[in-house]
Amino acid sequence: MCKPSTDLLIPQVGIITHIRQETPDVKTFRIVTTSGAKAFSHMPGQCAMLSVPGIGEAMFSIASSPTNTEFMEFSIKACGTLTDHLHRLAIGSHVTIRGPYGNIFPMEDAFKGRDLLFIAGGIGLAPVRSAIKYVFDNRTNYGHVDILYGARSADDLVYRHEIEENWASQPNTNVYITIDRPQDDWSGHTGFVPAYFADIGFAPDKMALVCGPPIMIKRTLDALLTAGFKKDQVYTTLELRMKCGIGKCGRCNIGPKYVCKDGPVFRCDELDALPDEY
Amino acid sequence: MMKIAKEHLPRLFAALAKQIDLLLPAQQAEVVNFAPFCPDAEIDLTTLKTANTPKHFFLPQVEDLYTAAVNAGQISISAADTPIKPFAIFGVRACDAAALDVLDSVYLSDPIDQFYQTRRQAGCIITLACEKPTASCFCTAFGINPTEPCGDITTWLTDDVLYWQPNTEKGDKITELVADLLQLTDESPAQDISENICLPLDKFNPDNLLALFNAPNWQDLSVACIACGACTFVCPTCQCYDITDFDTGTSITRYRCWDSCLYSDFTQMAHGNPRTTQAERFRQRFMHKLVYHPANNDQYGCVGCGRCVAACPAGLNIVKVIKKLEVAGNV
Repeated sequence: MCKPSTDLLIPQVGIITHIRQETPDVKTFRIVTTSGAKAFSHMPGQCAMLSVPGIGEAMFSIASSPTNTEFMEFSIKACGTLTDHLHRLAIGSHVTIRGPYGNIFPMEDAFKGRDLLFIAGGIGLAPVRSAIKYVFDNRTNYGHVDILYGARSADDLVYRHEIEENWASQPNTNVYITIDRPQDDWSGHTGFVPAYFADIGFAPDKMALVCGPPIMIKRTLDALLTAGFKKDQVYTTLELRMKCGIGKCGRCNIGPKYVCKDGPVFRCDELDALPDEY
Repeated sequence: MMKIAKEHLPRLFAALAKQIDLLLPAQQAEVVNFAPFCPDAEIDLTTLKTANTPKHFFLPQVEDLYTAAVNAGQISISAADTPIKPFAIFGVRACDAAALDVLDSVYLSDPIDQFYQTRRQAGCIITLACEKPTASCFCTAFGINPTEPCGDITTWLTDDVLYWQPNTEKGDKITELVADLLQLTDESPAQDISENICLPLDKFNPDNLLALFNAPNWQDLSVACIACGACTFVCPTCQCYDITDFDTGTSITRYRCWDSCLYSDFTQMAHGNPRTTQAERFRQRFMHKLVYHPANNDQYGCVGCGRCVAACPAGLNIVKVIKKLEVAGNV
């Protein structure tokens, strides 16, 4: 008689040790295991399954860098059953965590030694933050860094304090921020990300990473191609409903690819071979 | 090759069942299904298609994963304690045996699903060759020979003899349990090559993925689909599952259960749904079996058992889909 091991689907218990209100509907949760350690190691681009038993389980991108060996951070927008519940939790609350899942940004190959252009919209900055912090912590391995970030309003900019206080002052780094429409307390740029990208006029000699809502990704990709970028210079991440995280449960496929396992990171030329069903 | 007189089959089954959990096709309330052996069971070795497939024994319809006790925001987790005993299934047909290869390609590929693997290791498949296909059979279209089923042991039943051929180490071990009832023989069972059914599958390959996906026929083909999911539940290869919670009142049991890509909430997310119409969900089911699964595993995800043909209340089926897309000439 033997008993099955269920390692792959059984989570660890995690504790929320810190909560930061990023925007009216986005909070960043710091999570460690019950023994105070980081739950597992990961690379930028990877995700984890967070859950509250009885409420639900969902996949979230890991917003902290692997160079942080003490804890993981998740920036989560309240937009559904589980995420609304997570927003009601206090420091010290338990959640469950399993992972890491998915492939990674090419930090150690295609991005290494290159100038990098990070483009994000809204909460799409969460996975990009992991890559940005990884670059800053391994600064000599990368060239010039440009960060272009947009949100609906100034109030919806996540990591605003971190961007202004830390990212903007990093060596050999430019940060560009825009919000969709003018507002009274905003003196910065206004307009959509793809238009701002075209206005700035980036040279197409960099590797680019684009994350955000699907429509923003599609428009930004068009703008990148117009600016002379090739599709194999541009990476993005996709997101679909997931249950298992290991390519078995069958619901996050785009054609023959499973976003949980073969993604979430895709090079844009790879997307051409896939059905437009995401 | 070994054999046993057909009249002695009850002794063979009784002897096996004494030593291992034995499942075999039996009539229960006018339905033939795999059931645990019992002396007065109405064993049925003529019906080709059990209502349920052997998938049930390797990927149960519902399976507990773990229990989470939640007290004042504190969680403790204990893994499900489901013991799995060795078992043998007699009377598995060639299509259903081939379907396990399809499930294996998913559940035994890295990372291995430990639940499934444990059950696969514990289960011995004793197949039974088919003599004559039913009207809804089309396994031969997918390259399956119904007269030569795979499995740990292959058997052939004639009017008066059951021929018995172990194929694997596991099959040898089961054979040893009943060796005194089996006679060695030089005879080999007469194998009528059953009628080969051909389906126009040439265009269903990964090179035509986008052309098939974008074919204009999916709307017409799916218009009668009522999204009941019957085809997915009777299918021996359908493999998708949901993970969800059951509140026991004192704790939360997280379990997995079969799911269907034909259901509208299958891909529903807080921010939207990539498949909003039944045509898109219908397309997913057939593209998965005929194109996506082959792209990843070099085998079709259909074994032609035909259960879906009989189960669909709207008269839809994979044969119609294949033929329609082929003749439509848009691939």
